[in-house]
Amino acid sequence: MVKTFKPEVLIIRAPGTNCDYETAFAFEEAGAEISRIHISQLVEKSLKMSNYQILVLPGGFTYGDDITGGRIMGNEIRLKLKDDIDRFISSGGLILGICNGFQVMTNAGILPGKKQRVSLTGNDSGRFECRWVHLAVNPSSNCVFTQGIERLYLPVANSEGKLVADENKLNSLNAALYYCTEAGTRPAAFPDNPSGSLNDIAGISDETGRVFGMMPHPERHIRQNQHPRWTRGEASHPGDGFKVFTNAVEWVKRL
Amino acid sequence: MQRVEVSLLPHMPDARGRSLERDIYDLGISSVNRVRVLDVYYFDGNVTPEEVETLCREALTDTLTQEYRIGPGSYDTIDGDSFSYEVTYNAGVEDPVEDSILKTIADLGITSINTVKTATRYELYGNPTQAELKTICSRLLVNPTVQHIVTGELSEPPKAPEYEFELKTVEVLGSNDEMLKRIAGELGFSQDEIKTIQDYYASLGRNPTDAELETLAQTWSEHCGHKTFKARFNFNETVIDGLLASTIMRATKELDKPWCLSVFKDNAGVISFDDEWALAFKVETHNHPSAIEPYGGAATGLGGCVRDILGTGLSARPIASTDVFCLGLPEMPYEDLPEGSLHPRRIFKGVKSGVADYGNRLGIPTVNGAVLFDRRYTANPLVYCGTVGLLPQWAADTGQQKPGDLIVVVGGRTGRDGIHGVTFASTELNYTSTDEAQSSVQIGNPITEKKVIDAILEARDKKLFSRITDCGGGGFSSAIGEMGENTGARVYLDRVPLKYAGLSYTEIWISESQERMLLAVPPECFDELAEICQREGTEATVIGEFSDDKMLKLYYQDNLVCELDMQFLHHGIPRLELEATYIPREQPNPPYEGTLEPARALKEVLSSWNTCSKEWVIRQYDHEVQGGSVLKPLAGRHNDGPMDGAVIQPVPGSKKGIIITNGINPAYGDIDPYWMAASAIEEALRQVIAVGGSLDRVALLDNFSWGSSRRAESLGALVRACQACYDLAIAFETPFISGKDSLNNEYEHEGRLLSIPHTLLISALAVIEDTSTVISADFKKAGNLIYLVGSTLDEMGGSEYFKVLGLSGGKVPRVFVLKALDIMQRLSKATREKMLESCHDLSDGGLGAGIAEMAFAGDLGAHIKLGNVPLEGAVTKDDIILFSQSNSRFLCEVVPEKAAEFEKLLYGTEFGCIGSIEDTGKLKITGTIGEEIMNEPVSNLKRAWQEPLKW
Repeated sequence: MVKTFKPEVLIIRAPGTNCDYETAFAFEEAGAEISRIHISQLVEKSLKMSNYQILVLPGGFTYGDDITGGRIMGNEIRLKLKDDIDRFISSGGLILGICNGFQVMTNAGILPGKKQRVSLTGNDSGRFECRWVHLAVNPSSNCVFTQGIERLYLPVANSEGKLVADENKLNSLNAALYYCTEAGTRPAAFPDNPSGSLNDIAGISDETGRVFGMMPHPERHIRQNQHPRWTRGEASHPGDGFKVFTNAVEWVKRL
Repeated sequence: MQRVEVSLLPHMPDARGRSLERDIYDLGISSVNRVRVLDVYYFDGNVTPEEVETLCREALTDTLTQEYRIGPGSYDTIDGDSFSYEVTYNAGVEDPVEDSILKTIADLGITSINTVKTATRYELYGNPTQAELKTICSRLLVNPTVQHIVTGELSEPPKAPEYEFELKTVEVLGSNDEMLKRIAGELGFSQDEIKTIQDYYASLGRNPTDAELETLAQTWSEHCGHKTFKARFNFNETVIDGLLASTIMRATKELDKPWCLSVFKDNAGVISFDDEWALAFKVETHNHPSAIEPYGGAATGLGGCVRDILGTGLSARPIASTDVFCLGLPEMPYEDLPEGSLHPRRIFKGVKSGVADYGNRLGIPTVNGAVLFDRRYTANPLVYCGTVGLLPQWAADTGQQKPGDLIVVVGGRTGRDGIHGVTFASTELNYTSTDEAQSSVQIGNPITEKKVIDAILEARDKKLFSRITDCGGGGFSSAIGEMGENTGARVYLDRVPLKYAGLSYTEIWISESQERMLLAVPPECFDELAEICQREGTEATVIGEFSDDKMLKLYYQDNLVCELDMQFLHHGIPRLELEATYIPREQPNPPYEGTLEPARALKEVLSSWNTCSKEWVIRQYDHEVQGGSVLKPLAGRHNDGPMDGAVIQPVPGSKKGIIITNGINPAYGDIDPYWMAASAIEEALRQVIAVGGSLDRVALLDNFSWGSSRRAESLGALVRACQACYDLAIAFETPFISGKDSLNNEYEHEGRLLSIPHTLLISALAVIEDTSTVISADFKKAGNLIYLVGSTLDEMGGSEYFKVLGLSGGKVPRVFVLKALDIMQRLSKATREKMLESCHDLSDGGLGAGIAEMAFAGDLGAHIKLGNVPLEGAVTKDDIILFSQSNSRFLCEVVPEKAAEFEKLLYGTEFGCIGSIEDTGKLKITGTIGEEIMNEPVSNLKRAWQEPLKW
């Protein structure tokens, strides 16, 4: 019997990470092998990043999101694991950050890369917003995670999801995912764009397309009945978010 | 002390500032035209200017959006047209941000900073008067229970005084009645209890130590001992030997369901879910702390309930939360507020934020809840926090430690938190001497708790402990006292890790510091447990061991400070004897004429505080985390219609689900507590049915929040409510598995005793075999038929409609259990066989509100005829048909092709096809004599429903 190759996924937790289980489940369903570990195991070098092909920073409130979302874990990665991460990226690995994971990546300088800077800051509403949003994929982005996807319908749940960048740099970002209206149009106003994110950006990739951060939660829509209107017959199986995970897994398998 | 101020760059929108501007305007103050909110950090230590710069640039500030300034601030001074206040936590209140900032400082390689303190700076622009500024500070900026305004340069915090051991005993043996009364009063003992204690110590020939008396006080308190519910009642000339045992627990015992795995003995009730998993469910109140510090009170309330779940069996993973608030009226004029009470609006915003911030950070979805309003909750708001946990079947039962097992505390450190209520509050001082630094309310630190959860669940799966419980009310004294009942325990109080020095042995013993769990650990397992805890960033400390002498022995630096017989501690309490009376009050409807025009009445009912949309709250709770959601609190065409219950799939990959619902009807209790309780139970079960569940496996929780626990009429009402709990649980075969009570919610105001309405929250947890049969309450398609199942009676007492009309009295809805059971079973069959497109139970606002909610949730119109509504008894007016809140009624949407099949299923019950769904966008109602009484755009109804809480 031929043993099928399963990509190895490393899910990195810190105190306050809270979407690690469902993210692990989504990757498992997509055909990956999962390790859920605490960041201290990487900092103390008891575990090697290079044994994995996909690295995941899941959602949550790492270190309480004290000071600002993702700042403290972002600093920890930047100051303690930068070389490992750089090596991981340059050797062809994939990195996915969801919600707080995306915030961690921008604080750690992993995204958008090339010494550019973006921030995920407080929503214009001033509130935590838990709601479903329509998303449009940028067809010209080389982002590995969004290939073959046009539209997504996913929940967001954050209070700091507004992407800001220097005005002259904004258009040079590798934006992979935008908030849009139900009809698919942009610009999207609140609540279609739930945070007031500039250019309606919901997710960005680095220049390689292998490193991706997004505010919405794909792991919360992998089955039909997570859709808020599945009882109205508006949803199909699997949920929209599943493709983000299979894209990553299939990409590694093709290597 | 270094000070850093971080502000948003001028072009960035200041959401916190804007929100405060609105709150100030809501106070009736229009002289403030702009508010800025800044973050301030204070650092103590020998830190260099370069290090402070590094810290500002790399940790405290986001240079794309913020700027920083290092140096002292101006305090409480007028600078041009700006007024500024800097608000910080009182000494002794744990600043939840301190730990993480210290971590990032360490990561930056800065070693010279010892402590961090944070503050929030408010800059108000405009020309407010001194009186207005005072109002803004006291009503919005500062809660003196936990905060104060910084009025000058922060000084070094004074060093905590060292504690010097001195054994304290209390003179009980030689005390006369007067002295005994004083001791009893200080510790909350009744006369009977202190006499019993005096006799006990007389037989030992010595006086008790302070620690012994405190232990007895905690264990025998109403909070821990549930004395009232265990009392012997003399009720209307009959004797009730233990209220709980002869009503609520008796029903469970008689029903004897094999799927009840652990009931009324652990921190939560446990039922079986499937072959592998079990569910734990608990709802707690945290009323008093939330009244004085809504944010911290609600946060620690939820934190405590989550620890109950973590401390159930051999530990359960929290998977969903439900929260119910009962509050005063948001529009209450400030001048009517009882002294010392916070305004209901402020309490609402505070408890909402407390639950959101704590629950969201823990990653537990808040999937269900309710918010009720009544003037009488102003001084005594109720905050119910409930949590469901998932645990392996093998871990369902309470563990049992062996003598020699270690007593291990895991989690946060112990401070003076919660010792003897509020004695510390200061608005003037910057640092009050730590001697007085104690506060009865804490802010809570969810990340500390998250670390504990992560560590303990891993330790559970590795079977590293033999028993677990949480440290809640009473701290170690109740936790260890309870755990050690069957063995005995020895505790070395000087080994407990402390937040700061200076605590006496008794303070350590009774402190209610948050985020601590207590474990019994076999000695050979401790190292591995400690290793897990260290990796997760939390502490595990051995503070004693279980013995085999059935004695509770406490030591401090080798001195024996407490030696209590477990038998006396747990069974020595004299039984209470209570008088209870109940006189039924039949109330006819009050006369009313010239009623409101139906469309206007409906809009007023929909926009009443109890009925209106709670979307403002719901969206601020993460109700999707963990990915289990199947039916959300809001759904429908635009994801904003109200649903009857929450459904989640707790085990990934399994279609089996759970339904969580709540029933609560305090307005009925004013008329008849029996029917209030019956209605609450029936409502919770009705919602289970409405979302597609069945009564096959439903467990109930009772949560009583009552007025006096000594007045005979108040207790009579309690007895009646408990009797209803027994009757209904037996009739529906839905056992109670756990419960809680909060008594004496009374408040003295201007010489009058104000009591809350007697309030019973019933929470239901149902197992549903296959979530694909779940249905939502939104109309699906024009042309489908609308059925009303169940009869409508003239039961207007306590209705929203009567409240709108300013009427009281009337007949309260009753429950006809056989009919109710029959309807529920048939509808459950109908949903299982997929006959229904939507279903909604009728509750607050009756048929009118129910049909409107289904219509705007589905963005569709409808036409119904009141003449087709099944009635029972004399129901003579259209408005009664439209707004009566009779129980056991459901609105069902059926496609015309399935109508015959559905009618056949219902044959023999009361039901009527009352109309159909239309794509007119209007709700049209034809009255009983055939005339059109309403034809209103559904969008207007929706607006009326959504408008009130668009805060």
